[in-house]
Amino acid sequence: MTCDVCKTHPATVFLTQIVDGKMQKVNLCESCSNEKGVSDPTAFELADLLLGIGASEEVARGSSAGQRCPACGFSHSDFKKTGRLGCSVCYETFSEGLQSLVKAMHKGTRHVGKVPARLLRTLELSARTKALQRDLEQAVAEENYEAAAQLRDQLRELEAQA
Amino acid sequence: MKISSLLNTSGEWARNDGPHHQIVISSRVRLARNLSGYPFPGWGKKADRLEVLEVIKPEVEGLSELNDCYSEYIPDLSALEKQVLVERHLISREHAAKGVGSAVVINKRQTLSIMINEEDHLRMQVIRSGLQLKNAFKLIDKVDSGLEKRVDYAFHPELGYLTACPTNVGTGMRASAMIHLPALVLSEQINPVIQAVNKIGLAVRGLYGEGTEAMGNLFQISNQTTLGEKEEEIITQLNKVIEKIIGHEQNARQMLLQKKPGMVLDHIGRGYGILCHAYSMTSKEALNLLSFLKLGVDLGHFPEECQSAIDELFILTQPAHLQRGSKQKLAPEDRDALRAEIIRDKLKKFPKPDSSKAVTPEPPKEENHDE
Repeated sequence: MTCDVCKTHPATVFLTQIVDGKMQKVNLCESCSNEKGVSDPTAFELADLLLGIGASEEVARGSSAGQRCPACGFSHSDFKKTGRLGCSVCYETFSEGLQSLVKAMHKGTRHVGKVPARLLRTLELSARTKALQRDLEQAVAEENYEAAAQLRDQLRELEAQA
Repeated sequence: MKISSLLNTSGEWARNDGPHHQIVISSRVRLARNLSGYPFPGWGKKADRLEVLEVIKPEVEGLSELNDCYSEYIPDLSALEKQVLVERHLISREHAAKGVGSAVVINKRQTLSIMINEEDHLRMQVIRSGLQLKNAFKLIDKVDSGLEKRVDYAFHPELGYLTACPTNVGTGMRASAMIHLPALVLSEQINPVIQAVNKIGLAVRGLYGEGTEAMGNLFQISNQTTLGEKEEEIITQLNKVIEKIIGHEQNARQMLLQKKPGMVLDHIGRGYGILCHAYSMTSKEALNLLSFLKLGVDLGHFPEECQSAIDELFILTQPAHLQRGSKQKLAPEDRDALRAEIIRDKLKKFPKPDSSKAVTPEPPKEENHDE
């Protein structure tokens, strides 16, 4: 069995924690266990256990220490403790740190699957609005006022639909 | 419907008559969903959870797929009832440990179960017998589409469905199959197979999910990632991998019969002998020995009608199911004695293994290493 952290040295330290009645096991080699402070179990964060070593630090990046989610009051240290987020707004609050974590965890960074039907129209509209706004800015920058006027009308039409 | 009537009948998936049922026991697909505007269950206060429950439960019960359902608050269930539901894979171990504010709704056929305020506000799953991932997905997708009209999901245009744990974000979907791989274990090919499956981003786990041991040569294979792929793509890929593993298991059975027929006969014979004559048996030993009996049926050493008795024993010998059949509270050693008794009784009508009637498994297919 090799170490879960460096994946090269044989694991000699076997850490088992019971969290919420669920057993979590991590296997570490001598040097990684020292580095991670396994001799002092409190220094070893649950988020790391659940989501992979380094997860808790990842989420801390990009958010100032002590920053709290405006919607639910969740902080980075809560994530460290639980390995779970507080509410859906946390994804915005800690977006910078989460980005790299999510990237490392999944096959892609964009959802391409199912979308709730009622959001489908809104999302389509906002995507089309964004594209038109971009085109409009470009047309203005190029002083192509005829195209800009057309684009502006299209935008108004879309806004009326929304 | 009362829970007693639900618990007295076994679920559809336990009947084990689905496609590829010799090797694939069951297929499951679950979706994680949250309401927008409420903290996730693990972070929210009790009042938040109760509010979410009040919003969701009536909507879930109103779904046409859940006509005539069984619906209960988790704290109203006894420890034993919860454990029975866990053993039937109708609720998770985590959900069984939840208190006020959590509930479960299960349909009559026990194919659809909806956990409210588990790790996410909603954990909805379909479980079917055999390899039926696509059917399972179709049903859960329909339930989800019905529910999204009634409640407001937390959804992000880039990240998809938002979940308490970032490992589930995106589709919120986990699809898995429980497969029985005795020949791959006996021929010591199981580890390379597990490694190969891990390498392509799928997880292999034991009988009761994360962190549990593989007993009875039963393994759960599931997708690990939920973001960046369509639901159908994830299901199709998982299905393909499982079909490959079925092929490997069939090859391994064929190889064992050719190269080590004595070993196969020995395992089946010993399994039969011990199960028929033991007076004390742990659930782990029972699962491991029943696995060889099941293999014996697959190979034709027992008549096919013995299959259902074995499948029943797989479930009935689980600790909570045993306890339920008994009036007084059983100590572990009493349970082991009762388990042995039930097994002996069930196997009375069982003929001795007869290898002369053995069927040869399908000829091995071309080995395929393109994974």
